[in-house]
Amino acid sequence: MALSQAARKVLLTGTVSDSHTWNLVFLELFLTEQGYAVDNLGPCVPVELLVRRCRAYAPDLVVVSSVNGHGYADGLAAVTALRAEPDLADVPVVIGGNLGLDGRDDAHRRARLRAAGYQAVFDDGDLLAFERYLTVLTGQPRTPVGRPA
Amino acid sequence: MSAGQVSFGRFVADCAAAGRLVVQPRMGFGDLRRMRAGLERTRFAAATTVGTVTIDSYTRVGAHAAARRALAEGTALNGYPIVAYPQETTRALLDGVRDDTFPVQVRHGSSRPESIIRALTAAGLDATEGGPVSYCLPYGRTPLRESVRHWARGCELLAERAPGTAHVESFGGCLLGQLCPPGLLVAISLLEALFFARHGIGSVSLSYAQQTNPDQDAEAVRALRRLAGEFLPAHVDRHVVLYTYMGVFPTTVGGARRLLEASARLAVRAGAQRLIVKTSAEAHRIPTVEENVRALETAAATAEATDTGGPEAPDTGVYAEARALVEAVLDLDVELGRALHAAFRRGLLDVPYCLHPDNAGQSRSWIDDSGWLRWSAVGRMPIRAAAPGDRPAMTSTRLLAALHTVARRYDH
Ligand code: B12
Repeated sequence: MALSQAARKVLLTGTVSDSHTWNLVFLELFLTEQGYAVDNLGPCVPVELLVRRCRAYAPDLVVVSSVNGHGYADGLAAVTALRAEPDLADVPVVIGGNLGLDGRDDAHRRARLRAAGYQAVFDDGDLLAFERYLTVLTGQPRTPVGRPA
Repeated sequence: MSAGQVSFGRFVADCAAAGRLVVQPRMGFGDLRRMRAGLERTRFAAATTVGTVTIDSYTRVGAHAAARRALAEGTALNGYPIVAYPQETTRALLDGVRDDTFPVQVRHGSSRPESIIRALTAAGLDATEGGPVSYCLPYGRTPLRESVRHWARGCELLAERAPGTAHVESFGGCLLGQLCPPGLLVAISLLEALFFARHGIGSVSLSYAQQTNPDQDAEAVRALRRLAGEFLPAHVDRHVVLYTYMGVFPTTVGGARRLLEASARLAVRAGAQRLIVKTSAEAHRIPTVEENVRALETAAATAEATDTGGPEAPDTGVYAEARALVEAVLDLDVELGRALHAAFRRGLLDVPYCLHPDNAGQSRSWIDDSGWLRWSAVGRMPIRAAAPGDRPAMTSTRLLAALHTVARRYDH
């Protein structure tokens, strides 16, 4: 699904138990520089608030960020809540950061997050992969210039 | 003497009088056996130590049902869920390890600390950490006014349930962990210690987190000690606690160790009485007990080999800046909680890069070529920016570079 160039709104959010914000400050700048309008919900976002703001803002993409080690569980709860709302069931949602407690990414938990509704999972925080995802999402031609092979 | 007679503050004071720096981990596990092993290994480490029980994120935000679910399902937690566990469990955890020679502190990051304070005092503990500002702004979205109210009640609760021994440490010297120039850290730490004293706490510690330059940091710790002498009531027991760097940490084992050693030298040189360490796992994951013990012993050995005092760093104005901020707040209202709230509302205190809705968000900082942390914008704070106002606009790349400055320097 390619989005139109005109409407590129991102709802950026922390998870319910995560208070870290430098990740959110960084991602807001990063996404703004990529040409998105960003609504940054901040840290410790309860799922009800996420659902409400998602409905009000009607974003083209929801970006969930978590680094406190509870990301797999809290991220699962967030996407499950969004998918339970018929009018929000189609908005693309991605998650990234440092999601587990053992400092490793985990194929099994990644698969569960995808099955629950995430279109992409960046559990190693990979920004180049995220950039490629955004490029595909917005339907821009991919420019290999300046990318590492 | 039975446990609870010698307070946390008294223990640190006795060690300081004997010329020993107290070192302490940031340690917390959901798993009981690991938590117990962590306390025991901390106690018997080759260092003068106090113990820590760090609380998990669910308990911090009051989601005790989620913490209970994680325990029931066997999901790992990023700390010890002191409210979800029955109080007998926590008593058993401490039994035979915590005593007069090994006080234990609960560290938690909650803007609504009452249930945690009830749980810790029910288990016989009396020392914790926090503050109405420092456990609010960096830790979520609770309105500052509410956090102030909860912390006033929390202090009174602790003073009532641990009469004579209650100890509270301000987290004001850390805030978001990085890129906050020292004057504001010192001011908030001092103001929170004063807040605790006014709400019945007889023993406090004032914190400062290692930043980007050792001379600037030494000056800040000395400013904090001087202001404590000037502003805290004489009867209040106090000491200064230094935190090993709280921002993005070096990724290599060697880099992490060198940064830890630098913090131990700073603690001794600048006259802090206690040091809270970081481990070589910091940049990656929650550290193991083993890694914590290694960090404690490394810090203790470095402290041992460092001479106290040494040449005073030149005064570059940290004390004056902190004092200007403290006085501006105290002038606002006789009731300190209201004064703190008003100060943030008016932008007289303004933490750089802080997303909290009660923070004005007009201040900005940068790291200069000699590694000093400076203001580039002060918003409405009654202090001056060092840099001319023509710093390049903040971009994601520049932010990451600034956040990684210390890690880069030590990883080399
Ligand atoms: C600063 C810091 C804090 C500050 C945060 C202040 C604030 N408001 O932000 C303070 C001191 C308050 C703090 C508190 C805690 N912290 Co902390 N913190 C850190 C620290 C030192 C640096 C984080 C940072 O600023 N990074 C800078 C940003 C820009 O980088 P980032 O967060 O890694 O994000 C990058 C990528 O992950 C990626 N990314 C992030 N999200 C997303 C999303 C998508 C879609 C994509 C593509 C990419 C992406 O983009 C970013 C740029 O590269 C790290 C350790 C470290 N890295 O050195 C620990 C760390 C993250 N904290 C940790 C923990 C556990 C906590 C606490 C729970 C306390 C505790 N038990 O130890 C509490 C949080 C309480 C809560 N309710 O959540 C752990 C997490 C462990 C884990 N995941 O296994 C870490 C790793 C430390 C450790 N080793 O124990 N912390």
